[in-house]
Amino acid sequence: MTARLFEPRYGRLEDLALLTGKGRYVDDIHLPGMLEVAFVRSPHGHATFSSIDTSAALALPGVHAVYTYADVVRTLTSDHIPPDQVVDSFPATTWPYILPADEVCFVGEAVAAVVAESRYIAEDAAALVVVDYEPLPAVPNCRAAAEAGSPTVHRHAVDNIVTRFTVDYGDVEMAFADAQHVFGFSLKQHRGGAHSIEGRGVVANYDPHAHQLTIWTSTQTAHKSRDAAVELFDMDESRVRVIVPDVGGGFGGKNTVYPEEVMTNMASRLLGRPVKWIEDRREHFLAAVQERDQEWDVEVAADGDGRIQGVRGTIYHDQGAYTLLGLHVPHNAAIAVPGPYHVPNYCVDVVVTETNKVGTIPVRGAGYPEGNFTIERILDRIARELGLDRAEVRRRNLIPGSAIPYEMPMKTREGTPMIYESGDFTHCFETALEASGHAGFAERQAAARAEGRFIGIGVANMVKVTGRGPFETATVRVGRSGKVVVYTSAMAMGQGTKTGLAQICAEQLGIEPNLITVVTVDTASSPIGIGAYGSRNTVNAGNSVHLAAGQVRDKAIRVAAHTFGVDADAIEIGGGEARLKDDPSKSLSFKDIAKALGAAKGLPIPKDMDIGFEATARFRPPDVTYSNATHVVEVEVDPEIGAVTLLRYVVVNDSGVLINPTLVEGQLQGGVAHGIGNALYEWMGYDENAQPVITNFAEYLLPSSTAVPNIEITHVETPSTLNPLGVKGAGESGVIAVAGAVVSAVENALEPFGVWISEAPIAPARIVELIEEAKTDG
Amino acid sequence: MTDQRTIAVTVNGVRHDLEVETRLTLADCLRHQIGLTGTHVGCEHGVCGACTVLVDGQAVRSCLMLAVQSDGAMITTVEGMAGEDGSLHPLQQAFHENHGLQCGFCTPGVLMTLMEYLQHNPAPTEAEVREALSGNLCRCTGYQGIVAAALDAAGHMRQDRSPDRVQGNKVSGS
Repeated sequence: MTARLFEPRYGRLEDLALLTGKGRYVDDIHLPGMLEVAFVRSPHGHATFSSIDTSAALALPGVHAVYTYADVVRTLTSDHIPPDQVVDSFPATTWPYILPADEVCFVGEAVAAVVAESRYIAEDAAALVVVDYEPLPAVPNCRAAAEAGSPTVHRHAVDNIVTRFTVDYGDVEMAFADAQHVFGFSLKQHRGGAHSIEGRGVVANYDPHAHQLTIWTSTQTAHKSRDAAVELFDMDESRVRVIVPDVGGGFGGKNTVYPEEVMTNMASRLLGRPVKWIEDRREHFLAAVQERDQEWDVEVAADGDGRIQGVRGTIYHDQGAYTLLGLHVPHNAAIAVPGPYHVPNYCVDVVVTETNKVGTIPVRGAGYPEGNFTIERILDRIARELGLDRAEVRRRNLIPGSAIPYEMPMKTREGTPMIYESGDFTHCFETALEASGHAGFAERQAAARAEGRFIGIGVANMVKVTGRGPFETATVRVGRSGKVVVYTSAMAMGQGTKTGLAQICAEQLGIEPNLITVVTVDTASSPIGIGAYGSRNTVNAGNSVHLAAGQVRDKAIRVAAHTFGVDADAIEIGGGEARLKDDPSKSLSFKDIAKALGAAKGLPIPKDMDIGFEATARFRPPDVTYSNATHVVEVEVDPEIGAVTLLRYVVVNDSGVLINPTLVEGQLQGGVAHGIGNALYEWMGYDENAQPVITNFAEYLLPSSTAVPNIEITHVETPSTLNPLGVKGAGESGVIAVAGAVVSAVENALEPFGVWISEAPIAPARIVELIEEAKTDG
Repeated sequence: MTDQRTIAVTVNGVRHDLEVETRLTLADCLRHQIGLTGTHVGCEHGVCGACTVLVDGQAVRSCLMLAVQSDGAMITTVEGMAGEDGSLHPLQQAFHENHGLQCGFCTPGVLMTLMEYLQHNPAPTEAEVREALSGNLCRCTGYQGIVAAALDAAGHMRQDRSPDRVQGNKVSGS
């Protein structure tokens, strides 16, 4: 997209409705006769039960039904959530139930669904359901879970290991045998939640007359929801329609089919009435997916100049009580360690363990934050041990821009070669150092210390797989109204997807973006699609829109050329019409063309042209793309109380060609804020019985407006060579490098105390503890 | 459990006489009984601020207030911000122009908080705006666009208040 017709920083098309209270989120849908659901949830991390007494709940006026496991098996084709992919080698107990038969494996696991006239009554009734739990020992920690003799997460399981795998290349043993220096340490990253401000939610309406199930769901993967309903209710695709209304954020928390959705659908199917379930925040803490729960033991071999010769270690990955989405997170974490750095020899063993906690699947970043944190800690350790500048150690280890395209000696998750096809890590790095005034920092730090203030700087580099295929669908259609509508399987959840796709379409058709309607997922209009995760919308859906709109443009030109008896290159397109370049009075409006291609009698069209002023494209990326960034952060730490203030935050980011830089900046700013939460605040505590000790926003600190500084962003636009638009995706680019950079900066600020930080998040109380420990050790 | 009361509330200038359960929150009353779904519920425990509305001019968390407590009150919600001709309030316009929203779920509460705050402090500093917004959680934006929008709107609102200026707000698609 070189010469652009329209302003790249186009104002969002979504805003007017959302700013005036006219957004339509799932809880805004109210259908006549609608009932509401509340769930009865396990108060135990691990327990068995033999009976659920629903009689008191059913006796409450306004209660229509209470469903348990028995109702699931009599109604649905399976008692399990249809898995994303079945892996036969995984233990059978790892696949999640819709409702469990006789055993609960995490606090918050739903055991019964109460359907009532209102949520108020449903919650009253849920409190009257009696479950005769027999508590069992619970497993709260992934490292302990892997030990022989640990209690098991599921009582019939042999152990808690879902699987073990190794990511390796080179000759790591040789690298360590020959190394001048070897340093080893352990790291912990604790789990946090997705915490979109809108929780999950679903409205299901089964119409018994039409035998149609319509589902409005706040999801990132509508087609998965449709497919699960098709499978579980044994209905064909014509009978199930999923519509995604406005979505109040996703961040990974809505990237799977949950029991609550299936049960709400089931209630509507059985009762023949619309049924709604809206997640409350406590439920989000208890039963929505989380991520980042890993413990690492790592060792690095380095030469005398601080260049990495090899990295080896073990990752203990906390999968939670069930496998909800394969091995995305642990696999990504393991392959993300080398990232933009040259690590010639590498071997990491990954132990994927279950615990009696809610399942982990990708939450914004998907394993990359964990891998990045590890390599950045490794580089800081090398600098510390060898007395080198931390930025200099990074410079020496970065893959130089001249080496791109660069084939990593690893495979992607798909088993294809991992090739950094574009980008320039060193350029981003040097630009960020320059922009942040890194060279003058030592002086600033000395001056601050002279005043008794402790400031520090941290630098981190990241590269992230983006734009993963296989495809998304886009249909660009002009009907008899002459209006352009884009129907796409792309999911919108706040990114400005409709605006970006309208902009892409507008460039092809030569009409203002705000004249284009974008319909994001409705499985009736876009029956084939994947979902919004992994920074993939713009690569997949964006290029599909680009291609489909280009075909529509060609059709318009050919119809006009045919009508006026000229060659196609004599026709130009713009302002909603196709016309003769030399004689603009000879023109066909989009309305005329739509009429002709709609096979209206008497209007001529080329004989070999498909009917319909429309085209559908499903761009299939030949390979994943990679976005990369350098983050530099300056902090001040108050060693008395452990408070960390972010003074400055600089990002140099390369997400390829930017369709709308403002939208990308929004993604980066939000991503960095999420990363600040991971670095300093967001801690999902569990006690020794796997009981969550944090279940509300007073205890769980989501970064607030006073915690997040302005993010100073410089864009580098290295076009991807793998798609027509040259785009790479940006949704997760902001979050990945933050914990590594912030922790490094905090440690640097506390250099006079000799603190080493091996965990994230690092809360004020822990900082004070570390200072005290360092004093004692010293 | 179904203790009912009759209340009268004026929302965005329209009076509503309602039969409400005593335990009904103001948020649920506005959303589900009156049908003004622009006010959103994000945490149900008074921390996230998404449900903020103005009750007699004061910013209030409508998830922590019962509908019966609003009997006789004048309430403003996000639906009451734009002019009758559809012209956006300067805050709404500034949010559009400064990328002050992404998913839009926290936005109505943020707007209501700022409606009250800018009345009291028409010329805030960035730090003051950040302090004022510290009770409104946003997961999408990192607050940068929100803060920029608030400062921008404050500037426009000060100008609009000056006597030699005719009030009028533009709506634009770009």
